[in-house]
Amino acid sequence: MTVPGPQAPRTRNDAEIVLAAEDLWLIYPTAEQPSLRGVTFRARAGEFIGITGPSGAGKSTLLACLQGLVPRSVTAETTGSVRVFGHDVLTGTLGADGSRIGLVLQDAEAQIVGMTVAEDLAFGPENYGVPPAEIRRRISRALAAVGLDGMAGRDTYALSGGQKQRLAIASVLMLEPDVILLDEPTSELDPVGKAEVFEVVDRLRRESATTIVMVEHELDRLAAMADRILVVDQGRIAADGTPAELLADVALFLRTGGERPPAAAELDWRLRSAGIPLDGEPSTDLVTVLARITALAEKHA
Amino acid sequence: MSEPLIQVRDVEFRYPGHSPVLHGVDLTIDRGEFVALLGQNGAGKTTLAKHFNGLLTPTKGQVLVGGKPTSALSLTELARQVGYCYQNPDHQIFAPTVDKEVRFGPDNLGLPDAAELADRALALVGLTAQREANPFVLGRGQRQLLAVASIIAMDPPVLVVDEPTTGMDLAGAERIMRLLASWVADGRTIIVITHDMDVVAEFIPRSVVMAHGEVLADGPTEHVLRRSDLLPEARLLAPPAITVSDELSRFGVGRCGTIRDVADDLVHILGGRDAGRV
Repeated sequence: MTVPGPQAPRTRNDAEIVLAAEDLWLIYPTAEQPSLRGVTFRARAGEFIGITGPSGAGKSTLLACLQGLVPRSVTAETTGSVRVFGHDVLTGTLGADGSRIGLVLQDAEAQIVGMTVAEDLAFGPENYGVPPAEIRRRISRALAAVGLDGMAGRDTYALSGGQKQRLAIASVLMLEPDVILLDEPTSELDPVGKAEVFEVVDRLRRESATTIVMVEHELDRLAAMADRILVVDQGRIAADGTPAELLADVALFLRTGGERPPAAAELDWRLRSAGIPLDGEPSTDLVTVLARITALAEKHA
Repeated sequence: MSEPLIQVRDVEFRYPGHSPVLHGVDLTIDRGEFVALLGQNGAGKTTLAKHFNGLLTPTKGQVLVGGKPTSALSLTELARQVGYCYQNPDHQIFAPTVDKEVRFGPDNLGLPDAAELADRALALVGLTAQREANPFVLGRGQRQLLAVASIIAMDPPVLVVDEPTTGMDLAGAERIMRLLASWVADGRTIIVITHDMDVVAEFIPRSVVMAHGEVLADGPTEHVLRRSDLLPEARLLAPPAITVSDELSRFGVGRCGTIRDVADDLVHILGGRDAGRV
């Protein structure tokens, strides 16, 4: 299967920095408090960065900045800088690089513009003047990438929630972006729809060199895919580390109230906090934690 | 002592020219119950719930609310009985301020203490400070709370809440579930349509599982969520607290609804200090 986007191998350490926020502060016109308070982070080409945190923490605002929506489409006062492919998007525009970054929102309905799947997919590239033959080629590739092969003629209104959200991802892929931003793309879907979208995102991660930034509350799924996870809380980056480092920090998750910590990590942490001498380092793996508890309980009995 | 409030008797529902969305549904909900309606999209949960307030009437069979068939009750009478919170709060919210949104329902029903009911509903969901705000400047979680407030302001004895925790963070989900639980403790009846199995295991004592327009399982949540023979058919997955407590039951861990409870049991069994409650 092929996925639109550059096919260069993933290299993490020397890769180009595609996204960078430096000491970014942001306040909306009617707000009393800033929504972002000194956010600094960088994403290298090909990285998968997960973002979590409680509602109102500033996650969507951060994505709006990275997408170049602030201050042109979303009015706000900012200090600091946001660089996308090296362009400062708070003071200037992305210019010709605008099609290299795409955003998928929470509400799939809100981003569908076409009556049929093919019309919806063609909308972006038509606006960029992509020739019709190339658009047709991209449509079949984008549909294959999101598992909607053969559905180009379907009416968009008749799609399921998971299919609509996969269509939204396919629409973003039509411009063959280097960076995809996903803002809680599964939060309004049922478990089947969630699984469909996670599978598509995971496939993109494995089979393309696209840089992916995904805001998501489903920590287990995010941790399985992300190179790094940022926890945003009250407009700040409260933590930035590998999934393993962060998932083990149960106290952080319970403090920010953003999401339910993984069951294994929570059980491990609660037992250790109560002085139960579990073997080894704290674990986020349920089989490991259950085996340690079982060993201890058998000894105890 | 239990008093049937909603009785669904052999109900079939079909849209004209289509095959049935519900068939052979039997269900009785007593006054004061807190019930989860579970199942994947298309299982018939929302279609069934829309029969409780007369938005839909069965094509066969009967739905009784307070002993009367919904086909014999007016929508206004049913609206006083059964409040319905939609899944997407934006399908429900329309007023220019939070306060006006919450006042609309009780005013429309001509309730004499509309202002007090609205104030109390806003206080319950923690939105008193935002009463002058435009609803659409609120975050998604707060709009969900506002949608719930505007229904509970009408003080209906029965409340149907469709996906109250969807799109909410953990703190918001727990807040809304504690609010619903306290409402049940005050004698109301609440039916929650949800996919959030963690929330069901922690908060909701009875679960009804639907698949293909039928009731697949109905009973105490701690039993229903252990029906590993049925859950896959409904494409549901038991939450970790259930599977973990089963796994550890041979050491004396009870039927827990949360990981915190599992840890507390284990600390008791293994003799640690008090479980680290946060």
